[in-house]
Amino acid sequence: METSLMGADGRQWLIQISYLVTAFLFIMGLKRMSSPVTARSGIVWAGAGMLVATLFTFLYPGLGNFEWLLPAIIAGTALAWWSGQRVAMTNMPQMIALYNGFGGGAAAAIAAVELYRGEHMTATMSTLAVVGALIGAISFSGSLVAFGKLQGLIKRSFRFNGQNIVNLLVIAATVTVGVFIASGWHADMFHVTLFFLLALLFGVLMTLPIGGADMPVVISMYNAFTGLAVAFEGFVMQNAAMIIAGTVVGSAGTLLTQLMARAMNRSLGNVLFSGFGDTGGAAAAGGTVSGSMKPIEAADVGVMMAFAQKVIVVPGYGMAVAQAQHKVWELCQLLIERGVMVRFAIHPVAGRMPGHMNVLLAEAGVPYDLIADLDEINAEFETADVALIIGANDVVNPVARNDKSSPIYGMPILNADKAKNVIVIKRGQGAGFSGIENALFYLDNTRMLYGDGQAAASQLIQAVKAA
Amino acid sequence: MTPIVAITGIVALYIFMLAAFAGYEVIAKVPVILHTPLMSGSNFVHGIVLVGAMVALGGAHTTLEKIIGAVGVFMAAGNAAGGYVVTERMLEMFKSSGARKKPGGH
Repeated sequence: METSLMGADGRQWLIQISYLVTAFLFIMGLKRMSSPVTARSGIVWAGAGMLVATLFTFLYPGLGNFEWLLPAIIAGTALAWWSGQRVAMTNMPQMIALYNGFGGGAAAAIAAVELYRGEHMTATMSTLAVVGALIGAISFSGSLVAFGKLQGLIKRSFRFNGQNIVNLLVIAATVTVGVFIASGWHADMFHVTLFFLLALLFGVLMTLPIGGADMPVVISMYNAFTGLAVAFEGFVMQNAAMIIAGTVVGSAGTLLTQLMARAMNRSLGNVLFSGFGDTGGAAAAGGTVSGSMKPIEAADVGVMMAFAQKVIVVPGYGMAVAQAQHKVWELCQLLIERGVMVRFAIHPVAGRMPGHMNVLLAEAGVPYDLIADLDEINAEFETADVALIIGANDVVNPVARNDKSSPIYGMPILNADKAKNVIVIKRGQGAGFSGIENALFYLDNTRMLYGDGQAAASQLIQAVKAA
Repeated sequence: MTPIVAITGIVALYIFMLAAFAGYEVIAKVPVILHTPLMSGSNFVHGIVLVGAMVALGGAHTTLEKIIGAVGVFMAAGNAAGGYVVTERMLEMFKSSGARKKPGGH
């Protein structure tokens, strides 16, 4: 066997070695991304891996169609780079969904090229191609629907009686046609096209009924789906980089999905088939709440916080919607200068996906060592003089601990009610995202500071300065 | 063109299993604060589908294959580039108190 570097075999070896380097860089990159200290370098490592693999793939023997290849790469890269630079941090979840959908679509496209060509494929290979195509196509259309929902393009959830049965029939039909193709019995253009249309339809049908609150879990699941689809198509293409990277993402994504679902006290099956996400009527299920909401003035809160020893801020997505995070951090810096100990308590599902709130706080300049998650901070509320709730609702609702009839019963919550004083910044008196009445607002140690998050934070800054 | 290494049968299953363990272990200890960037980072990693799409398009014959292949390459490049940019933007903001010269910089 001749192995000159210019020969086809030599170039294949170079590609294989570059893929090995890429697999190493990806895994090291992901490893580094799982600690805040090294996270930044992690994405750079992974990025280097992607660059290496892409450049060496140009050496692929017999690679042609450059007049299609180069414009497609340049256009895709430029458009995504441009949009990624511009997207606001609050819109990050839907942007991730969009890019993820693209990956799933690409995996399905690879399968489509292979299946339409339909030549020299063993039964194993065509089965892998079909399974990868199915997962990839579902991830593609499902992610686009998720994007549309979070972006506000799709306003309502489509539900009808017997929806699960219709979905079941569609997936059954898809799988049946898939078996026709994989077995080589009906691997013609008509059946391949029908298969892709059915798979895309199923992705849409499966995602439409899921409510906004559950969307992060769904996006994470589709992320794992795309990983798996890439791995399956990697076997079809005999491409080690795709197999390893796809499988790593598939398993990591599955774990991440489980962690998120657990943090929301929901099972994956529940998310996919029950449609709790935006019911709104759920309030009726909760027990009655007694007492009244007691208002307070910003000046009084300012004094209370200025002379406190420890203040815990509990931010929610409402804070980010009001763009109040910069003002809140300014307020906290004033308190820190006065010697007050300030911590931020983040519920796993604060923001629109787990960890989203941390990104939003980081954008405002809050150092990550002031931010604590649920397990770290819950014991500290008892020693806090003030718990400042801004934009958070269900995640501090004590009914999750003690009211078995509540739909959120059992969900881990931040024990803000244990603080000596609880201040809730809230626009009005309405119920939260899920429509569940919040018992915290009626407690004796709770005071309501009504107003827009940003305006209220500005008032508090003045009040603390005056104190 | 025949590949120089064949990843089939039991070897394929071994790679699949070991890579799945690697993915699980790498993520297992991640703190909640990094969930969003990590999801975005893993989203970037499956952008490697680009190399497969390149080879699929690079070997396409009919116009239909070329169109589907080009759409695939376009989307895969978008997955990789977009995933990188948003992940980098998010992680770039994560700083500890010590790392900040002027608290609250902007």
